[in-house]
Amino acid sequence: MRAMQPYETLDAVPAPLLDIRDLRVSFDTPHGLVKAVGGVSWSLSPGETLGIIGESGSGKSVGLEAIMGLIKSPPGHVSGQVLFDGRDVLTMAERDRRQLRGEKIAMIFQDAMSALNPSLTVGTQIAEVYRLRRKCSQAEAERKAIELMDRVKIPSAKTRVGCYPHEFSGGMCQRVMIATALALNPQILIADEPTTALDVTVQRQIMTLLAELQREDGMALVLITHDLGLVAETVDRAMVMYAGRIVESGPVDALFETPTHPYTRGLIRSMPRLDGASGALHAIGGTPPAAGRMPRGCAFHPRCEQRVDRCLTERPNLRMVAKGQAAACHLAEETRHD
Amino acid sequence: MTAVDAQTLPQDEAHDRAAAITSRAYFGALMRDRVAFVSAIFLGLLLIAALGADLLAPYEPNQANLRARFVPPLGTARDGGFHLLGTDELGRDLFSRLMHGARVSMSIGLLGALCSGIVGITLGVLAGFYRGLLEDVLMRAVDGMMALPSLLIALFILFVIGPGFGNLILIFTLLHWMVFARMARSLTLNHQQHTYITAARAIGGSDRRIILTHLLPNMISPLIVLFTLEIAVLILSEASLSFLGFGVQAPQSSWGLMIARGREYISSAWWLVVMPGAAIFLTALALNLVAAWARAITDPVQRWRWLTPPRRNSQPIDDED
Repeated sequence: MRAMQPYETLDAVPAPLLDIRDLRVSFDTPHGLVKAVGGVSWSLSPGETLGIIGESGSGKSVGLEAIMGLIKSPPGHVSGQVLFDGRDVLTMAERDRRQLRGEKIAMIFQDAMSALNPSLTVGTQIAEVYRLRRKCSQAEAERKAIELMDRVKIPSAKTRVGCYPHEFSGGMCQRVMIATALALNPQILIADEPTTALDVTVQRQIMTLLAELQREDGMALVLITHDLGLVAETVDRAMVMYAGRIVESGPVDALFETPTHPYTRGLIRSMPRLDGASGALHAIGGTPPAAGRMPRGCAFHPRCEQRVDRCLTERPNLRMVAKGQAAACHLAEETRHD
Repeated sequence: MTAVDAQTLPQDEAHDRAAAITSRAYFGALMRDRVAFVSAIFLGLLLIAALGADLLAPYEPNQANLRARFVPPLGTARDGGFHLLGTDELGRDLFSRLMHGARVSMSIGLLGALCSGIVGITLGVLAGFYRGLLEDVLMRAVDGMMALPSLLIALFILFVIGPGFGNLILIFTLLHWMVFARMARSLTLNHQQHTYITAARAIGGSDRRIILTHLLPNMISPLIVLFTLEIAVLILSEASLSFLGFGVQAPQSSWGLMIARGREYISSAWWLVVMPGAAIFLTALALNLVAAWARAITDPVQRWRWLTPPRRNSQPIDDED
């Protein structure tokens, strides 16, 4: 996929499909206001595949949920701008926004087994949006459901439309989920760790399927994951998130070849490799900060091996370090010349 | 590649499963569960008796016959009439009166449970879905109303607005919606955390749609059980209110009223109290026993366990490995 659409050509696309500007998400909790996402900006071009990498609690899912409008307020607070085709989604009327979801932007979830309604047949669920928006008959909806099930390669779709989710395996449930998302040919598909709950062979099948569907429809894909291998294989561009902020972003090749931020470097070093030395895997010391107790200065400094005094007091901003690649580290330049 | 792998697997099973969910399968499941089966038959007969009382009852329920007073069960009156369950102090056939009484008792139970269920479930789901002030106010109201001695309140209100069928339903709705509200709220809170609710929102479902097509169907099976049990509770409440003289009024008859009337003759004609008492007991028992079956049959995840005969070892369909 990457070979077909080199990043350089995407760079030239004038208007991004989705433009996120300074998105912030925070929650009221009994312990005060907790910032989950603190000022994130990124954009997505049509047909692009973007990976968002981060540990649990780094704000990657919450940020995407905010874009989809799935954050309940109160206790949630969302600010910033989310421009879809130039229109700010966050200030839209709820009605228009609902129209956008499913129709233009669709989302699939981590645990497909629990993301499907156990009391409705898969056919009903797949065709639900379609029926809702296109106001078609029951029979037509079922035809559409079978067609979509064929597209996501669920065998003998005709006999399976009437089955319930609990009669399907995890991978099949994820396919149903994808079929549901594809019903209206959305322009953006957000996949929140689509393969985490699946075993490795099924993971690959699902990713291949997503890549195929993306190629056929030309939709943009946002892949949230903590699986670096998955990112390296499928994504055009990736962002690394830590403690609610982007610490590094860039074309995926550049990120893997010349990681600049110490966190990114740590992540890549902690991946098992087939070549090179055997032995214990590298691990990043410490734990990510709790959302309520963010350290001053750079959020990563307590775990950083290279920190200098400046890191304790001043938060680094994201800045360009190479073509298309940006990092939020005071020592970015020095690191790159090592 | 998946498609190819999967094609080679037997597809009969999926087909079987789909075909299995028919009315025959429901009946078969009921047959295997003996206790539920007997209870269902009893309730069915009761329903027929109540609905068809006018045609099926052997005697006119309010027809006094002084030559046939206090005929014991299975006895024959002096005029030659056979009375299955005996007659009362006015010579009225107890069996016929029970059939007509069933109509009143059953419809009060059903309607009362239905009305309180609709009110309670609506309020409970709204409280659980929207939380906030609505939930606080509503749930405190529930707590408060649960603390009230319901029989006393019922007596007081019925004393003010007067007895009768409609007023009984009103009282029962007023005094029993809380049970449904509490359960509906906790079920809503529980199910709202599931990803499929978020997923429904993510495809652009409105609140109304999420509640009606995603929340309620998943909550229905425990609510059905509660509903069945409430019918039994209401039949019993109606009996006690009628017994105290604040429920159904003569010439209408209900089981509770029959017990109240028969009390005076308990030493000489035991059947006047025992027969309606047994009717109440058996109905409540049958409803309780059927409740368990109703739960299993309305839960899509559990349903197939009941529908497929136990000897078959059914596994979830797995194509991928």
